[in-house]
Amino acid sequence: MPGKLKVKIVAGRHLPVMDRASDLTDAFVEVKFGNTTFKTDVYPKSLNPQWNSEWFKFEVDDEELQDEPLQITVLDHDTYSANDAIGKVYIDIDPLLYSEAATVISGWFPIYDTIHGIRGEINVVVKVDLFNDLNRFRQSSCGVKFFCTTSIPKCYRAVVIHGFVEELVVNEDPEYQWIDRIRTPRASNEARQRLISLMSGELQRKIGLKVLEMRGNAVVGYLQCFDLEGESGLVVRAIGTACTLDKLSNTSAFLPACNSPSKEMKESPLVHAPSHGCRSTHNSPIHTATGSRLTQNFSVSVPTLIYTGMGSGSAGKEGGPFKTLLRQQTQSALEQREFPFFTLTTFPPGFLLHVGGVVSARSVKLLDRIHNPAFVGIMGNTRSYKLLDWNSFNSDEPETRDAWWAEIRQEIKSHAKALGCHAVVGYSESTSICEEVCILSASGTAAVLNPRFLQDGTMEGCLEQRLSWQPGFFSIGSEKGEVDFFPQSQDSSSLLGIEEASPPGCGFCHIPYDELNMPFPAHLTYCYNCRKQKVPDVLFTTIDLPVEAIVVGKGCLIQARLCRLKKKAQAEANATSISNLLPFMEYEVHTQLMNKLKLRGMNALFGLRIQITVGENMLMGLASATGVYLAALPTPGGIQIAGKTPNDGTYEQHISHMQKKINDTIAKNKELYEINPPELPEEIIGSPIPEPRQRSRLLRSQSESSDEVTELDLSHGKKDAFVLEIDDTDAMEDVHSLLTDVPPPSGFYSCNTEIMPGINNWTPEIQMFTAVRVSRLSNINPTNQTLNKNFNDLCENLLKSLYFKLRSMVPCCLCHVNFTVALPEDELVQIAVTAVAITYDKNQALQANKAPTEKSQQRASTDNEEQLQFPLELSSDPLSSQPFSPAKEALEGASSHTGIPAAQRATSVDYSSFADRCNSWIELIKLKAQTIRRGSIKTTTSLEKASPLAEGYLRHRSVPSGTNSTVSVVKMTPLSFLPGAKITKYLGIINMFFIRETTSLREEGGVSGFLHAFIAEVFAMVRAHVAALGGNAVVSYIMKQCVFMENPNKNQAQCLINVSGDAVIFVRESELEVLPAPPPAAAAQPAGSAGDVTT
Amino acid sequence: MSSDLDVFVGNTTLIDEEVYRLWLDGHSVAEAVARRLRGGVLEREGTSVAVLQSDTRDHYRTFQMLERLLHAPPRLLQQLLFQIPPERQALLVQRYYAFDEALARELLGKKLSKGTKKELDEVSARTGVGIRSCRRQFDNFKRVFKAVEELRGPLAENIQQLFLLPPALARDYAAIVFFANSRFETGKRRLQFLSFGDFAACAQSMMAHWSQGALGTPKTPKKPQKPQSMMAHWSQGALAPEAAEPDGDLPKSFLQDLKELKVLVSDKDLLDQHKSLVCSALRGKISVYNELEANFKALSRALVNVGGKLTHARDVRDFFVDLVEKVIEPCRSDKWSPGDLRLFLTHYTAAPRNLPGFRHQALWERYMAAISACLLRMYHD
Repeated sequence: MPGKLKVKIVAGRHLPVMDRASDLTDAFVEVKFGNTTFKTDVYPKSLNPQWNSEWFKFEVDDEELQDEPLQITVLDHDTYSANDAIGKVYIDIDPLLYSEAATVISGWFPIYDTIHGIRGEINVVVKVDLFNDLNRFRQSSCGVKFFCTTSIPKCYRAVVIHGFVEELVVNEDPEYQWIDRIRTPRASNEARQRLISLMSGELQRKIGLKVLEMRGNAVVGYLQCFDLEGESGLVVRAIGTACTLDKLSNTSAFLPACNSPSKEMKESPLVHAPSHGCRSTHNSPIHTATGSRLTQNFSVSVPTLIYTGMGSGSAGKEGGPFKTLLRQQTQSALEQREFPFFTLTTFPPGFLLHVGGVVSARSVKLLDRIHNPAFVGIMGNTRSYKLLDWNSFNSDEPETRDAWWAEIRQEIKSHAKALGCHAVVGYSESTSICEEVCILSASGTAAVLNPRFLQDGTMEGCLEQRLSWQPGFFSIGSEKGEVDFFPQSQDSSSLLGIEEASPPGCGFCHIPYDELNMPFPAHLTYCYNCRKQKVPDVLFTTIDLPVEAIVVGKGCLIQARLCRLKKKAQAEANATSISNLLPFMEYEVHTQLMNKLKLRGMNALFGLRIQITVGENMLMGLASATGVYLAALPTPGGIQIAGKTPNDGTYEQHISHMQKKINDTIAKNKELYEINPPELPEEIIGSPIPEPRQRSRLLRSQSESSDEVTELDLSHGKKDAFVLEIDDTDAMEDVHSLLTDVPPPSGFYSCNTEIMPGINNWTPEIQMFTAVRVSRLSNINPTNQTLNKNFNDLCENLLKSLYFKLRSMVPCCLCHVNFTVALPEDELVQIAVTAVAITYDKNQALQANKAPTEKSQQRASTDNEEQLQFPLELSSDPLSSQPFSPAKEALEGASSHTGIPAAQRATSVDYSSFADRCNSWIELIKLKAQTIRRGSIKTTTSLEKASPLAEGYLRHRSVPSGTNSTVSVVKMTPLSFLPGAKITKYLGIINMFFIRETTSLREEGGVSGFLHAFIAEVFAMVRAHVAALGGNAVVSYIMKQCVFMENPNKNQAQCLINVSGDAVIFVRESELEVLPAPPPAAAAQPAGSAGDVTT
Repeated sequence: MSSDLDVFVGNTTLIDEEVYRLWLDGHSVAEAVARRLRGGVLEREGTSVAVLQSDTRDHYRTFQMLERLLHAPPRLLQQLLFQIPPERQALLVQRYYAFDEALARELLGKKLSKGTKKELDEVSARTGVGIRSCRRQFDNFKRVFKAVEELRGPLAENIQQLFLLPPALARDYAAIVFFANSRFETGKRRLQFLSFGDFAACAQSMMAHWSQGALGTPKTPKKPQKPQSMMAHWSQGALAPEAAEPDGDLPKSFLQDLKELKVLVSDKDLLDQHKSLVCSALRGKISVYNELEANFKALSRALVNVGGKLTHARDVRDFFVDLVEKVIEPCRSDKWSPGDLRLFLTHYTAAPRNLPGFRHQALWERYMAAISACLLRMYHD
């Protein structure tokens, strides 16, 4: 009996009146876990019962502990008739199952009823006694920690990052069972809530098992989603990144902990060598397939790096090579067992070597109920429509959904390879379902991760602290798909180290693919930062802006919005028409993003998320990203408008008028976002791009592109202009939509990434919010244009409304702005936005710059351990006489956004030959092995440059303030951190699913009143659970689903909301500073000795 | 494209003070939007009418949901639905319970019943306070009244703890409850010159000097009641049965005892002695000495008899009428200055100490303390 669950019901308060006669309630409580139920006594005639029950004890398997929620039902005792339910509380006891999290759940929980909402509160105490029974450990996965946060959680260090984990479970949806016709809506809702709770528990346990198998102990970036497939069932699926995390128990005591990984280090330093094979794959068939695909479908070439996956609709028409490749891939996948995917979006500095671009794949599937009684999906594969004759598919295959996703992931993987990348970071998956059609989407950022980072001895400290890292894909051919890989050495002054250390601010921008054999046409220049390597003209990614990136000015939220009508159709016809539309939508979305980016004078997108939503008679695309100006990338050229009939005088005039407007807007935006890149003298620019042949390919046109090459304006000099040809109404509309985007009012910035590039001085004042709008598209005969305009207006108005609401917080920034679009009915569009507004202080930036280094040192140390390690590491280095001075220097460089220390530039040396790198790499490892034995400790400049920059950056971010937080307040934020605060403990994952239904919609204030109350209730329940765990904040909060249905004629409405996040305890930095901070010198000692131990 | 559904929910509930004021004043969403437009918010923020409408609706919905909690402010502190910083909560409560003095003046001494509520239309017209706001304020009065009606202990403190009001506002509510409970007549024309503030001050003096708690030795030891326990009290709806007399009622024994004071006017000797003591003390000190000498007996009779009548409910109603009619108006017609009145009352109250055979000195001074305070407050044009 591996576990004992103990529950005590203490009291209730503010119960509803259940007995009209006495205006009182005779309440009692049922406590249910698994199949066991206990009851309290009836506490008669009170709205504030004091049960003070005994401890109810459940003796259960830990497997059950993981799957089952604790179910507490409050009822009103009725002598003559059936007892009336007041409401329920579901408590996920998972946080109690791992030692480091919460030890007890105790507090007031809202009593929730799916029909009436919150009805009073109940005070409950829950404890778990776990018996250590190792034999049973394999069936459950107790002890595996889950984090929604998409970075290494702040008070942990990553010993190993194992890689991708995924799982899904399927069940029948209770709402569609026959019994639903006879049971009450309440019973039906509760059955559904309970089932989903059970399924999430099971899913989490299964993922946990996979993690244990990989010898990990945690899942980071855990994302769980529900697919409500209607009659064909209910799918709960999750993805995440398996890690081995070590708790940093104390800010000063973390250093000795680095011993364990270093012991394993020597054993397999060379295993990763084959990983370089990944780089060579850009000659593979997929490469050509990609190219041809694009040109086949459009008479244009896509002018950027992104979108090797232009939607699988187009993939459907491609020829054989791709399929062969797929087969190859599948085989290799079998060997590897894993996808080199990471759901993380933020990485330690220097970890990302290169970023290739966004890879995405979509696939349209049919959820078929007739052929599919046991949830066996039929593959309505868009890749080739004839596959829709399902005879060719094994319909007995029980894991259709699994197979669907596996297929998509394969595609993503191959796209990444085509980009010369061996990994995909910032990976996510989503679905959109309408009736029986389902679009599966996956996207991520192709990347080359830093093997050098692993081997580089100078990184020893941080490597150990944060990233002794071992991705599964590095170990191709190894039997388990994972090999411990901890190359490290105390030495790094080796030639190689200096040679390849990319300047921290630009390295990730350098192209990972072969310049002469690019997977798609792109315009390359030498990096504007280091001048050594090639960079693309624009960079699109799904990850957060790397901490070390050098950014000019501020960033901004960029959205592309799009509607496409489609005919109502059934089954295959529907799927076909959707997949035919997809590539066009992707293309259109991409063009919009590109135009808007240029219009803002920026050259890179981060956090790109493209959502394609399918409805009855239309498709909607919404792409959100944060645009920035990366100093390493070339200045974007302007937007040039080209008319098709140049002879027409008035037309010319019109065009020039538009051109002027566009130019004005660009100038205005540059001012607004403070984009003043340093003007570099010609000689520094170095060897200009040798191939002007590329330029013509940047031309965008709807039809004949070749005619217009001459239109390229030379006034933009070497910078290539982006040509918009307004030869048809489509393009006209594009231009208009470009110009209708209104910049946020002054004092406001917005982004969809964690932090706003260019703003560092946050105050602790935050406001998380959810806004939902449902609008009716009232057009009788809608066209794509009018729909686009409507949709655009809807989004713009929503943003405007947010700015207005939050005007009291100015100056502030909306961070992590997350739009979700749904098409609940024929003409209804639903947009849900969750974001956090953070106030920043304009004046404190200067102060922070001037602050004495020592002070800043302390402050950084209070930020979080991850950052903390850097300065301490530095100070521990015996060779660096002035450990803090580089920090200051780099800081100044960062704050002015311009100065790149000359030394930094000198450190990087061009490497064009791939083979060279490979050789040198192996050499380095050998060298390192020697130096470890010798035990010498040295540093290179690369460390000094990389780390202090990060430190300075974060110091800006975490300006403390004097405001005190009251104990009862629970903060919520979609970010992984709280400004001005330090997260001291992660208490467990919050993953909640609620259904609310009403049959008196008008009485509850109509749809708005209903949903307003429900969202407030959801927030309240999340806060209550966090408070009961002993926490005071939820980080990485996300509303994953908000499904709203109404039937005004029947006065009914129903809504489902699914939210998740990490419950944490945080401490204000202002409070921390009162405590004696450990002197850096003291910490330096163990660091030195740790270094000794490793030798 | 019309928005069917449009909500904004913050983890910390947004409270816009301006919109709250409009809501409290009973404006509809459309009226509120119109007023905000006139306030120039559009120009300041550069936004659109649609945004303003959506914002106003959001706030109104929030307030409507909050209203239920505002009816029992301690619940606002305990509830989990809205996360509102404490100072914001205080502001919400304070603003919700703030009232228009003109309206309160109208309702002083009236029974807080359905009948009175029906008359609010007229009151609204007279005072210029919006009818919806009138109803809300009336309901506030009634709610506070019901809540403390049968509680022991100082009225103002009970109100403060039950409704988490600032002390001054709680004292005003105590006055309202006191008036509603004793049903003093305040509507007569000759009382029209008195403001709500005057009456509230009178009520406070009366409670301060006359109520149970004002006595040095209360029957039961007075415990400071915590909001928590009051809360339990509140929601259970059951009241402590041992409560002797709520503070809103004047102690019966005290009122009964007041009859003893009649000796001051009924006993001719005492009356004469009293007069001579007062006159000799005031001679040359007040400008209206002659008038005082002439009217002393009438004044004294009036002052003593007001107290003697307090045992009968019907006579209680006339308390203020009597004071005005029999004391204030004669003095005013004789052109007493407020200083004259003050001197007179001081000596009038002090004199019986030297009266042989008058044994109710403590009672007399307790009685006169309130009467003097009331008269001095009411003595103006």
